[in-house]
Amino acid sequence: MMNKSIKTLLVLAFGAFALPSFAALNILACEPEWGALAQELGGDKVSVYNATNAFQDPHHVQAKPSLLARARNADMVVCTGSQLEIGWLPILQQQAGNPKIQAGQPGYFEAAQSVRMLEVPSSVDRSLGDVHPGGNPHIQTDPRNIGLAAAALSQRLAEVDPANAAYYQGNYKAFAERWKAAILNWEKHAAPLKGMNIVVHHKAFVYLENWLGLREVAALEPKPGVEPTGAHLSEVLAQLQRQPVKAIIRSVYNDGRGSEWLAERAKIPVVVLPFTVGGSERAKDLFGLYDDTVQRLLSALK
Amino acid sequence: MKICTIPILVALIAIPAAAFAADDADLRTLREEVARLRETYEKRIEALEKRLIQTEAKAASAETIATRAETVAAPQPTASGGGGTNAFNPGISLILSGLYSNLSKDPAGYRISGFHLPNDPLGEITPQRGFSLAESELGISANVDQLFYGAMNFSIHPDNTVSTEEAFIQTTSLPQGLTLKAGRYFSGIGYLNEQHAHTWDFVDAPLAYQAFVGGQFNNDGLQLRWLAPTDTFLEIGAELGRGANYPGTGRNKNGSGASAIFAHLGGDVGASHSWRAGLSLLTTSPQDRQWDDTDVARAPVTNSFSGSSKLWIVDGVWKWAPNGNANQTNFKLQGEYLRRIEDGKLTYDANAASLGASVGSYAATQSGWYVQGIYQFAPYWRVGLRTERLDNGTVDYGSNNASLLRPVYAPARNALMLDYNPSEFSRVRLQFAQDKSLQGVTDNQIFLQYQMSLGAHGAHKF
Repeated sequence: MMNKSIKTLLVLAFGAFALPSFAALNILACEPEWGALAQELGGDKVSVYNATNAFQDPHHVQAKPSLLARARNADMVVCTGSQLEIGWLPILQQQAGNPKIQAGQPGYFEAAQSVRMLEVPSSVDRSLGDVHPGGNPHIQTDPRNIGLAAAALSQRLAEVDPANAAYYQGNYKAFAERWKAAILNWEKHAAPLKGMNIVVHHKAFVYLENWLGLREVAALEPKPGVEPTGAHLSEVLAQLQRQPVKAIIRSVYNDGRGSEWLAERAKIPVVVLPFTVGGSERAKDLFGLYDDTVQRLLSALK
Repeated sequence: MKICTIPILVALIAIPAAAFAADDADLRTLREEVARLRETYEKRIEALEKRLIQTEAKAASAETIATRAETVAAPQPTASGGGGTNAFNPGISLILSGLYSNLSKDPAGYRISGFHLPNDPLGEITPQRGFSLAESELGISANVDQLFYGAMNFSIHPDNTVSTEEAFIQTTSLPQGLTLKAGRYFSGIGYLNEQHAHTWDFVDAPLAYQAFVGGQFNNDGLQLRWLAPTDTFLEIGAELGRGANYPGTGRNKNGSGASAIFAHLGGDVGASHSWRAGLSLLTTSPQDRQWDDTDVARAPVTNSFSGSSKLWIVDGVWKWAPNGNANQTNFKLQGEYLRRIEDGKLTYDANAASLGASVGSYAATQSGWYVQGIYQFAPYWRVGLRTERLDNGTVDYGSNNASLLRPVYAPARNALMLDYNPSEFSRVRLQFAQDKSLQGVTDNQIFLQYQMSLGAHGAHKF
């Protein structure tokens, strides 16, 4: 009787520690867009875990126990880079006891390395707010960057898991073709957005602006990473009298109070963009992300 | 500016007056002239507008070309920093902290009743009145090579002394979830022990940490950690070290003077909750650990303890942030229970200042706990409450029972804090505390503190 209950307890205890699958390549994606991309390219050869969701500010994430456990078992981490994850990724790398995901190893992938960075500051100082020496890290708002990262990531997957190199290459080719067609389609639909003046909450959309020809007139954050203040919002409102804009853009994880305050007074709509995969109902995958982004922007023109 | 406007105003008034006086013929010529003027200006404006449109079109096409060029351009390497001899300089971070303390009681006789702290740790935890520097730190860290990471932390104390809090190397490339650390480091016991003072949520360490490890336990030695290959976080660690710091003592012996083992378990519950719980045991073997005390004759004496000291810690922390987004609002609940069992021999009145030196047995089991909750109610603003108690437990002085006092008293402290964090790098804190560490004394404390970090971006532990 005693023995039986102990055995049951042991079984239950081990059951609680579900062992990760060893067959597939374990990928820890820092942000959902890279998780989605890794899934597109890796198919059933990879098992993807997203460290963050669309409702989290990727600047401010904690190196929580669950992430340490995932980093321990990861064959590869796929991140943005450009110091976006500097507050938490270094801890995971130091404490996970996993040589595969250290900087410089093939298992450490930074998407920012494969695209052309914008807003690279010539000098940095913390009085300027949350600036990134490597350039603005929010590269995923331009689908062409996803395309460039896909090329680099597929090569990296092949390097980390050479047995499936051909598989990854095949997936990449198929993805690249669909992606190219999708970009053309989005660009066609987004043509009326060209030259549209916008206000942004955080300077998180510079790549999107560059892609669609949007014109950023002002930002609600007085400095990057500093929440909007009443004084600064009033300044922006005054600026909008001289320089009218069509919409205020924010990502789903930003607090909505600043943009709503301004929208009410300037009589312009707030466009909440999904920002990454999972950020809205329609943004279920990478394709849905830009379908929804373009459509939400177009709705502001009506 | 004002000087120029006056003649213009005079002219403006004069012109219509003159026109009124003029006859019809003059008026007609004037009108014709104005009309001519208007016509030429309109033509000019039209020409200018045309040119503007042309320029805009050119700019737009240049933009498209530029955009195309961007997509076509080969990805540029974005290695940060330039070359040169400084390219490999380690990350340097500086913590600046200052404190203003207003204490209702003179801290000169500060004690935690019933807990025998040697002079060094007691001095460090005794609050000071007025303005003082709080713990300011200089940290230097970098990867050594493909195998090791190294870090060093100097702590600058208010009394102008500098201590090496941490100076260790750590492996980054051991397989199977293993990490080996060597040097001086904060022991992995408990929850708060490993965290640097500038990440604490209150000005001071909890009473239990002050009473049992003198605030924080660092050790010179080796630490091995193993992270289990499970999706639930399970970490096991073991340490061997010198154990020179309280509750241990300096020693002149080969081998190890302190050992620690700890296990941590943690995970998430949904997207909004995460937690970690731990169990640790620190074993030290103090030799001739001396402290000042008062005996039954109310005479100041110096006692000394040699034997074994075992400290158990149970710790837990639970954090909540809606959808995992801690920017607007979040909550953290944290608590630890410490229990120390000491066994050995005690020398009463080692300096023969009262009834004369006498050696007897010593056995004590003492405990303490704290619970604290920190709530961020708006961006940048947090409020926190901490409550704590110590239990004198059972203390047996053996043959010295007649000479030494055993207070029946439970030291307690409650603290309330409010802090403002305008960025990740700066914090200003106001703390009120009611400290009843010393029997019969209630010290009402007010602290105002700043903590700023500059230099390399710190990555904080959970």
